[in-house]
Amino acid sequence: MNGEPGKAPRLAIWLPLALFVAFVALVAVGLLRPADRNVASTLIDKPLPQFVLPPSLPQSGGIRSADFVGQKPRLLNIFASWCLPCQAEAPQLAQLKAAGVEIDGISVRDRPETLRAFLAQNGNPYTHIGADDSGQVQLSLGSSGVPETYVIDGRGRIRYQHIGEIRVEHIPMLLEKLKAAQ
Amino acid sequence: MTAEFGLAALWLAAALAVLQLVAGALALTQRGSDLAGVVRPVAVVQGLLALVAFAALIRVFAITDLSVKLVALNSHSMKPLIYKIAGTWGNHEGSMLLWVTVMGMAGGFVALVERRLPERTMLATLAGQAFVSIGFYAFLLIASNPFERLSPVPAEGNGLNPLLQDLGLAFHPPTLYLGYVGLSVAFSFAIGALVTREVGPAFARAMRPWVLGAWIFLTLGITAGSYWAYYELGWGGWWFWDPVENASLMPWLAATALLHSASVLAARNALRAWTIMLGVVAFSMSMIGTFLVRSGILTSVHAFAVDPERGTFILALLAINIGGALTLFGLRAGTVTEGERFAPVSREGALVLNNVMLSAILGIVLFGTLYPLLAEALGAKVSVGPPYFNPMTALFFVPMLLVLAAGPLLRWRRDRMNRVSRPLLLAAVATLLALIGVVLLGGVALLPFLGLALGAGLAVASVLPLRRRNLRRTPLPIWGMVIAHFGVAVSLIGMASESAFSVERLVAVRPGEVTSVGPWSVRLARVEPVAGPNWTALEGELQVSYRNAAPSVLRPQSRSFWAPTQQTSESALLTRWNGQLYTVLGEEASQGRWQLRLWWKPFVTLIWAGGFLIALGGMMALFGRVASDLRRLIARDKIAYRRERQGR
Repeated sequence: MNGEPGKAPRLAIWLPLALFVAFVALVAVGLLRPADRNVASTLIDKPLPQFVLPPSLPQSGGIRSADFVGQKPRLLNIFASWCLPCQAEAPQLAQLKAAGVEIDGISVRDRPETLRAFLAQNGNPYTHIGADDSGQVQLSLGSSGVPETYVIDGRGRIRYQHIGEIRVEHIPMLLEKLKAAQ
Repeated sequence: MTAEFGLAALWLAAALAVLQLVAGALALTQRGSDLAGVVRPVAVVQGLLALVAFAALIRVFAITDLSVKLVALNSHSMKPLIYKIAGTWGNHEGSMLLWVTVMGMAGGFVALVERRLPERTMLATLAGQAFVSIGFYAFLLIASNPFERLSPVPAEGNGLNPLLQDLGLAFHPPTLYLGYVGLSVAFSFAIGALVTREVGPAFARAMRPWVLGAWIFLTLGITAGSYWAYYELGWGGWWFWDPVENASLMPWLAATALLHSASVLAARNALRAWTIMLGVVAFSMSMIGTFLVRSGILTSVHAFAVDPERGTFILALLAINIGGALTLFGLRAGTVTEGERFAPVSREGALVLNNVMLSAILGIVLFGTLYPLLAEALGAKVSVGPPYFNPMTALFFVPMLLVLAAGPLLRWRRDRMNRVSRPLLLAAVATLLALIGVVLLGGVALLPFLGLALGAGLAVASVLPLRRRNLRRTPLPIWGMVIAHFGVAVSLIGMASESAFSVERLVAVRPGEVTSVGPWSVRLARVEPVAGPNWTALEGELQVSYRNAAPSVLRPQSRSFWAPTQQTSESALLTRWNGQLYTVLGEEASQGRWQLRLWWKPFVTLIWAGGFLIALGGMMALFGRVASDLRRLIARDKIAYRRERQGR
């Protein structure tokens, strides 16, 4: 800062414009390529967090994270009887079950009597159902709502997280993911 | 009818803006010089017509005319009137109409009162203002017509985002916009000066009140917005480095730098090209900020109005306006002769340092805001938060504070440090005492630690320029500077104290149980349902008492709005002179217990008190400048009048 320089150097004068052009280029790229708003879970390709859940109903059998090791790939569905979208996805779960997919469920903050009514009305596609009464396991799985469905491979690793209800058009994709997990 | 009337006014205003540009540009040439008389009146009428269009939109919102698409999408007949009116600018189209209205009014106001600049520069300035306006008029009329009708007419509207149904927020956007768009005047002044190459003290003196006015609104807008986010979002934080917040901070940083460099130009005729560039940059930051927010290119908690198509339109506008201005700057800045010289240790030197630091902080904030975009272009997803912004901005903020302490004591042109070192000793002592105090308290992290110590020193240093002055005869702008600088210190102490001494508790209690946070004991008396005009809520009644004093009652709510359906938590705050108790009612936990989130935040209110002091300082400076300009004007008229009489 030795006083004021007589004249600003030529190049410095064009610097703001150069920066601005770079900004426009960057933003144009961002605008032209539609942004992918899905935030991928950081748990993908990580082993399931450790948990042991008691059975939701006397006959439903509980769920332990260790049970997933050494099995064929399966779905882990997080649901609740009080959740409307879970009712909406029940036919799709039944369809997946019919295609030979093993599905385990975690019922979040549920009561046995309402759960029993829910399964009676919508069918029971689950091999085991564990009761997550505090929602702690749901949180540890990185799930923020119901329903969500995870694809777990035979080594107990999370391969895919599906947020929201499973619609008819999602079934082929999930079957694909299960195949890829083998 | 009102809607069609408004649309017609908008088209007319746009047409007048075109006339203003063409006449202004032609008047600069020799053959078109007789057009010069048209430009000022056209600018005034254009501003008034934009205002008429805006008033028409307010009216259709006030009477909830659901045949207007914008009203149907964003309002609801059951809403309280004040929020119906505020709903006018709580959406994309309405806020863009507010934008052009403010811009037109600002241009008209300049045309009406500004007489100090050479007429040619004035013409170029008004043409520049019209050029920028035309782009925004086109954007409104082509891509976001606020007056579009809807057929068939729906029975009921969609409602307004409940987060926005808050009195403070109703007036937050207009305040910010007055700031954002007020800077367009500085932009146009810079264009005008570049076109005619007339840059000097008169230019800086003419531009300064406009920048000051816009800057005051920006300061108020940011301060109020921060307080809104603090109590409305229920997270207990007051600044999130969210893209929308950054979008308002960046023009403020540029405008602050511009104010300081303009004072060098006005007083000493130095920093000519630099001041011009800041004039361009400040409004460019407003436009870039608006673009980043409105285009939805950055995800944000504030993403109320996002639309990539419109984003492309605004980007094109930006490219033309900012790109054009910077090209003009590149072509002309080399020919703007540089001004007076000065020694490194001088008022100018300190102000240059201030400008460098502010620009560096601006660069850091801009880079941090855009970095997620850059990373995404390279295929990675990141979000940039406080761990980047806090230390990086502090890196430049801390030296800036040191300059801020010493700068106002220095003389223009040349000075010696040891002349001012004696008074600064006082500030150093205050810093040292604060340091010792904080060390004794213990357990304070580095940044808040620095903040508390420097805040104390700065509070003392900021009033030093008043020493040995007759306080009654001290000019208002000096008072303004002192108060604004003192406000920086106050705000800084608030921020540091909040981050150093806040206590947070998350508990689940049954009605009747007592818990505590910091010096407070909190008893949950009951939870009951209550209803408002367009919501129902669960309201907790908390009996809170500070160090066993008589209890007061706080009523935080968990509110459910039905149009549109959304849940919000309404925090309840209790303010004491030494801080705030902040309570949020959470969800019902098992066995009849309720989640409560409690914070005790010592001296947190100083953050916003400081913000208001900064704005108040600006107002005093503005008032002082305008008053002295008026006095000068009147005196000149008197002299002219006397001469005329003597001549006779």
